[in-house]
Amino acid sequence: MTTAATNPPDARRAGRFVYATAVILLCAWVIVPLYFLLINTLSSPEAVNSFPKSFVPEFDLESLTFFANFAGMLNALKNSILVAGLTMVMSIAIGAPAGYALSRFDFPGKSTFRLLILLTRAFPLPLLALPLAVMFIRTGLDDTIFGLALVHTTLAVPFAVLITFSLFSGIPIELEEAAWTLGCTRLTAFTKVVLPLILPGITASAIFAFVISWNEVFAAAVLTIENRTLTAFLLQNLDTSPLHLKFAGGFILVVPALIFIFAVRKYLFAMWGIANR
Amino acid sequence: MSLFTKLSGAASGVALLLSASVAQAEVLFWSTQAKPVEEAQAMRDNVLAGAGDVDYQPNDGGPWLTRLNAELQAGTGTIGVLGALHGDFSAMDPADLVDLDGLGMSASGTFNSLAKLGTDSMQYIPWMQASYIMAANKQALPYLPEGADIDALTYDQLIAWAGNVMEATGEAKFGFPAGPKGLKHRFFQGYLYPSFTDGVVRTFASDDAVTAWEKMRELWAVTNPASTNFSFLQEQLLNGDAWIVFDHTSRLAQAFNERPDDFVAFPAPAGPTGRGFMPVLAGVAIPRTAPDMDAAKALVQYMLKPETQIATLRTTNFFPVVDVELPDDLPPAVKAAGDAVAKMSGSADANPGLLPAGLGDKGGEFSQLYTETFERIVLGGQDIRMVLDEHKPRLQAIMDASGAPCWAPDAASDGPCPVE
Amino acid sequence: MSARYLPYVLILPVTLFLCLFFLYPFVLVAQQAFSTGNGFTLDNFRNVMSHWKFPISLKNTLYLAAAVVPFQLALALLMATMVSKMKRGRDLVLYIWTIPLGISDLAAGIIWLAIFEQSGFLNSMMSGLGLIDKPLNLLTYQNPGLVFLAIALAEIWRATAIMLVILVAGIGLIPKEYYEAAEVFGASPWKRFTRITLPLLRPSLSTALILRVILAFEVFAVVQALGGTLFPVLMGETYNYQFELLNGGAAAAIALIILGISIAFTLLILRALRVPKGATI
Repeated sequence: MTTAATNPPDARRAGRFVYATAVILLCAWVIVPLYFLLINTLSSPEAVNSFPKSFVPEFDLESLTFFANFAGMLNALKNSILVAGLTMVMSIAIGAPAGYALSRFDFPGKSTFRLLILLTRAFPLPLLALPLAVMFIRTGLDDTIFGLALVHTTLAVPFAVLITFSLFSGIPIELEEAAWTLGCTRLTAFTKVVLPLILPGITASAIFAFVISWNEVFAAAVLTIENRTLTAFLLQNLDTSPLHLKFAGGFILVVPALIFIFAVRKYLFAMWGIANR
Repeated sequence: MSLFTKLSGAASGVALLLSASVAQAEVLFWSTQAKPVEEAQAMRDNVLAGAGDVDYQPNDGGPWLTRLNAELQAGTGTIGVLGALHGDFSAMDPADLVDLDGLGMSASGTFNSLAKLGTDSMQYIPWMQASYIMAANKQALPYLPEGADIDALTYDQLIAWAGNVMEATGEAKFGFPAGPKGLKHRFFQGYLYPSFTDGVVRTFASDDAVTAWEKMRELWAVTNPASTNFSFLQEQLLNGDAWIVFDHTSRLAQAFNERPDDFVAFPAPAGPTGRGFMPVLAGVAIPRTAPDMDAAKALVQYMLKPETQIATLRTTNFFPVVDVELPDDLPPAVKAAGDAVAKMSGSADANPGLLPAGLGDKGGEFSQLYTETFERIVLGGQDIRMVLDEHKPRLQAIMDASGAPCWAPDAASDGPCPVE
Repeated sequence: MSARYLPYVLILPVTLFLCLFFLYPFVLVAQQAFSTGNGFTLDNFRNVMSHWKFPISLKNTLYLAAAVVPFQLALALLMATMVSKMKRGRDLVLYIWTIPLGISDLAAGIIWLAIFEQSGFLNSMMSGLGLIDKPLNLLTYQNPGLVFLAIALAEIWRATAIMLVILVAGIGLIPKEYYEAAEVFGASPWKRFTRITLPLLRPSLSTALILRVILAFEVFAVVQALGGTLFPVLMGETYNYQFELLNGGAAAAIALIILGISIAFTLLILRALRVPKGATI
């Protein structure tokens, strides 16, 4: 039995160097376009239209101050956060049980069910917005945070179901069975044993739900008037706006989602290394 | 009570709990105009300040239309006043709009009759107007051809001018709004066709039309090829990607307001059959599902007041439709555009084209056909005669289906306008 | 609760929810595709498919998806493996790599247009480095290949994080002992990847791939921002029929065609990445 051949130290160091460079390059790939957005946001209107573009922002706050005084921004921001939060809660609450059922049970209609869930994302929402709006107006859900959250949950639920399904599939049933034999009910076995291991999946679903709801513009523009979300309020007007305001507005729309992902990032990797059996 | 009704009742209860309080007696002004953020802000702060409780919400066309249709279908709604272009209203069923006779009229008989949408009463009130003009960076002026008067150019002179600039700078500096949100179909309908064929529909596939497209090809050869991305030529004027441009007055405004000394505005060029041009007309209307009819009518009347019209001019660069005394302290863009439009409509060879009327919901298809003609002939390089002959029956089908009679500069017709 | 009924109880909320908020409007809209006002007809499909732009937009959509999705899958797998090996700085790197997730496709279009346009950042960089003396006009109808490349780059930048997040969530559950055992037995990193990571990641891979593919066929905002009118795609044509031509039947017809293509590819992926029955892991 031969021992595993160890790489000579030089090769290992070269490997680490390549690895580190790759990581840095990929990080730069993501950050640099955003940096350009930041440059244009913090530049005066003349600089935004100039060539060549400078690579250091001027820290001109004119564009941002415009938005600070734009009537209705704070209200719209509040609405967006509420809708996104509700979407997160609802999509996980109804999606996770379905993901569990798909992974643990083999029932007739299972593959069709899974297929249909996926395909709800394959039809464009702007076409469905008209019948939904008519339904909402008739039932009084029109122009409410809750109503819009229901529509956004429809968009986010397939992600929640399928992500939790793929994660539940990675947890052997033996873990739960062991918990049952040790006296847990099905429910406590689930909450005490399985749920902590599923946290990355719940986090991923939450991120998707928040981001999908935050960036959705068409249904928000149709279904909310007084209680407009920030995206419906601002994004529609940006593409016809002057260039410097386009960038500043785009930047403002991007920041809250970035803050949210930052806040939950470590849960994506929660039980890392502890998922040992 | 069925489960559905119980559930929806419960949902409504929760919804009421979670909704913010809805202001009463506030008129929702649901518009597709004044979309840029600073224009929307100015509408709310300046133009509508004296109109009482008004919520001005500018939207993209898709959500604007979907929300309106949803309210019409559901039978109740929150939209009080609609603001949109003539083309948007003419695609609607006049029965969905409240008759607005007696609320006021514009100063133009043409606009007023357009606003009737084929019925006997005004379906929308003309609100503001604009047109397409040309603008140029003063750096391009030295390259004007010999003897050309910038205020009375012909297409050939324009092509020569743009060609001179291209030779001198090495780049094509003519900008054309061929982008997805550009209004190029109005250029073909109101500028190209009237200037070369003295018609729009009748002469669609005539030999003069072939000449027109050949000229368009020549112009395109000296046009910045990224024009297929351009929808607002003020951007290209400001960043120097284009030195001579053609676009809507309000899509050139920013360039004139930021650097008024760098640019000039001038009329569109003339062809063999005159200097074709077309107005862009926006109107206000009231849907039949408006919650507070009196407040909505009051807002409509407010928009026609001279002070409001002047404030709207400052905000959107759209010109008044009523006779007003224009003050002296208007922004540079307004002065420049106003001069150019006045010269254009007052020129000896002016050949105004009217906005298409009577097309109903075929209006989009109609404009799309002209755009496709451009895409196939100019972008795709296909044979002009072949494309025109292929599109001729499609155009005739549109005219027959909508029953629309001819409009200026075409000669009047009995029945649907024929494509000769 | 009887174990026989439990799965149905668990999937009931989702089913009810989707029936009410998806199936009901979907049926109403899909019906439009099959009628032009006088009863059942396939005219909408005929009209839509015989339009000269249809084969072009179909081709464009499929080519774009074919160019972008496999590359993104490989990239996301690479990034997920890299990040799972990290010790320090893992949180930060993972955060940076998932940032594009929070950026809407409209915002991504604005950002990449600012890079590629004639007076944009790419030209500024190249002229700053002395590579060109005049800014290049990249996004023109004379360079369809470049336009395609620009759109593909923007899409890769924007949407790789979608697959990355799903894969990272799944990779965390692969027990470390498997890797340790494989190392002891002399397996190279590549072998460890193909023999341990990939098979155990199958459910996540299948989910990530299907979701990404479905979204790829609906690409629109970035294409419109960078390609303008040069690069028609199926979703753009759908919106055109619905909102410009006011032809709801034709719009529904194209949307159903997109749905059909999505179904076909989903079935393919599900078959290829099936987790065999009986395998608990």
